[in-house]
Amino acid sequence: MALLEIRDLHVGVEDREVIRGLDLNVDAGEVHAIMGPNGSGKSTLSHVIAGKLGYEITGGQILFRGENLLRMEPNERAAKGVFLGFQYPVEIPGVTTMNFLRAALNAQRKARDQQEFSTPEFLKRIREVAGSLNIPQDMLKRGVNVGFSGGEKKRNEILQMALFEPSLCILDEIDSGLDIDALRIVASGINALRSPERAMIVITHYRRLLDHVVPDVVHVMSRGRIMKSAGKELALELEASGYAQFEDAA
Amino acid sequence: MKQVLPKADPERSIGNVFAAARGRLPGAGLVPQIRASAFEVYERTGLPHRGMEDWKYTDLRALIGEVLPLAPRPDAEALVRAKVSAEQVSVDQAVKLVMVDGIFAPELSDLGRLENEVVVRSLREVLENSSPGDMAGLLLSTTSDSAISLNAAMATDGLVITVADGNAVKRPIQIVHVATALSVSTFTRSYLQLGKGAHAAIVESFVSAERASGYQANDAIIALVGNEASLSHIRVAAAASDAVNISSAIIAVGARAKLDLFSMTCSGSISRYQGFIKLAGEGTKVSANGVNLIRDELHADTTMVVDHAVPHCTSREKFRAVIDDCGRSVFQGRIVVRPAARKTDANLTTRALLLSDQAEADSKPELEILADDVTCGHGATSGALDNSLVFYLRARGLSEKDAKMLLIKAFVGESIEEITSENLRDFVTAQAEHWLQAGR
Repeated sequence: MALLEIRDLHVGVEDREVIRGLDLNVDAGEVHAIMGPNGSGKSTLSHVIAGKLGYEITGGQILFRGENLLRMEPNERAAKGVFLGFQYPVEIPGVTTMNFLRAALNAQRKARDQQEFSTPEFLKRIREVAGSLNIPQDMLKRGVNVGFSGGEKKRNEILQMALFEPSLCILDEIDSGLDIDALRIVASGINALRSPERAMIVITHYRRLLDHVVPDVVHVMSRGRIMKSAGKELALELEASGYAQFEDAA
Repeated sequence: MKQVLPKADPERSIGNVFAAARGRLPGAGLVPQIRASAFEVYERTGLPHRGMEDWKYTDLRALIGEVLPLAPRPDAEALVRAKVSAEQVSVDQAVKLVMVDGIFAPELSDLGRLENEVVVRSLREVLENSSPGDMAGLLLSTTSDSAISLNAAMATDGLVITVADGNAVKRPIQIVHVATALSVSTFTRSYLQLGKGAHAAIVESFVSAERASGYQANDAIIALVGNEASLSHIRVAAAASDAVNISSAIIAVGARAKLDLFSMTCSGSISRYQGFIKLAGEGTKVSANGVNLIRDELHADTTMVVDHAVPHCTSREKFRAVIDDCGRSVFQGRIVVRPAARKTDANLTTRALLLSDQAEADSKPELEILADDVTCGHGATSGALDNSLVFYLRARGLSEKDAKMLLIKAFVGESIEEITSENLRDFVTAQAEHWLQAGR
């Protein structure tokens, strides 16, 4: 059984069909890259998997470990191990990163009938994870993403991914707005989390990220469907030929 | 333009209410005369109504119609109920002074724990025993607000707190106003004088005891903050849900002083908090903040007038409102910069968070700038919770309720965090969380 199984998914936004019969299987241990032009439905797909409101599922299903993901609340999905790294992480003034992380981690643990972390346990855990990602402690004391640079926001997403230890990570354009150095830090954070139990879906426009996070499978998405799937060499091919051929085909 | 409005009928009985109360109102010498003239001032306009610009959103004439008879002196049974309620809002370390139905209750107060640096007397005692000159000052008003005039006419008791030059009072002084009665009115008036370089923190809590209902409380606090002095004044009002609370603060601040003001209203059918702050000495800093937490069909109005009379002062105001159900929150903030007040730095922001489609927020920030070379600004926003923030938190594992709760707490916290004392900040935060939990 695949970790994630998407069958003939159809999704509408305000009377427009943006995902039009999408199939995707992702097994534990695999890294899948989804590439495609703007408006191809990549971000919509990531939002629908995470459970964002405002999308109408008009057909098909999404199974996570065989369970119907579409019937779960976003927080239930998180507790089951689904993680979405946001393209645009929001700023939450007045809620410190530390308090937010602790509340989120303990909410997930509670939902899984695990004991909540005590303050010292949590502090120990957060220090380890933040240290491995080069995130200074004072960043954790600030409001969530408030005044963070683009690179810091993305690093904060990876920090959360490392802390929550999800089994499915969807990274929506985690490379956007990053300079070379920030990209390298984020990529090494992602690579450190690759494991046989964990799957990743990396959504990106550019090959650049995939030089650092080498995928097992590359999919080309266009007009709401997956048009082609192949090995990592497809990313190179796309860079040379562009997406136009797939847009015409769709 | 002078507005002439017909008086509401039931209000005509106010003359009877005053006449009936007169024998019970403390004060020797000139005091009865001062009360009578304050009452005349009140009678000219009657209850504040929407024809008065400062009261346009809170039309007491329409909302409450009449002033109820003065509360009787609390009996032993009422004091027992009052004690229970007063204890529920205790501030850590504070010296508690309890007023029950408008009368100071020394038996429920911690007079023995008062520090030597502060002198506390009841208004009744002062009005009955002081020299005529002193007494006159206590009931005279610097504003023409009719609710304050009525307060001067009818005040039954209050506290007169004095901190001499250079004295610092370490423990907060908490005045707890407890209502125990049904369908009555109470009038309290307190004075606070901080000498040069003195420090004090005053907390005022308004609560209702079990079975108290339908009452009207009218409180005024008049404070004089000396040069280089520092005052924190925190007010938390949680009147019964069918009661009326009108609180006025009239504060004059000297030079190079510091005023840290905070008001939170979290219950009461009709609440009005009005602060009149005058910066009367140069180099002074005022931080005046507040929160209205409103649900059901309650109405809370916070009106602040910050008056810069001299140069080189700074004022900051941060007001937040959370409104659910059919609640209505009003914020009016006027900043006056007088011709002499060059180099004034004044700013106010007001934000309202609407949790339901029926919730209403009225905001009226106003700048009245009569001086050159000043930095003044204001901002007002209102809106619902940002769904993208709620989703972000839910995608990280928080339930919808917990996510919203965290965001509301953070929103309210923007104002509460301005309270400089950690102890008082924690007290206010706990009261705000109590309100949030009650709505779940």
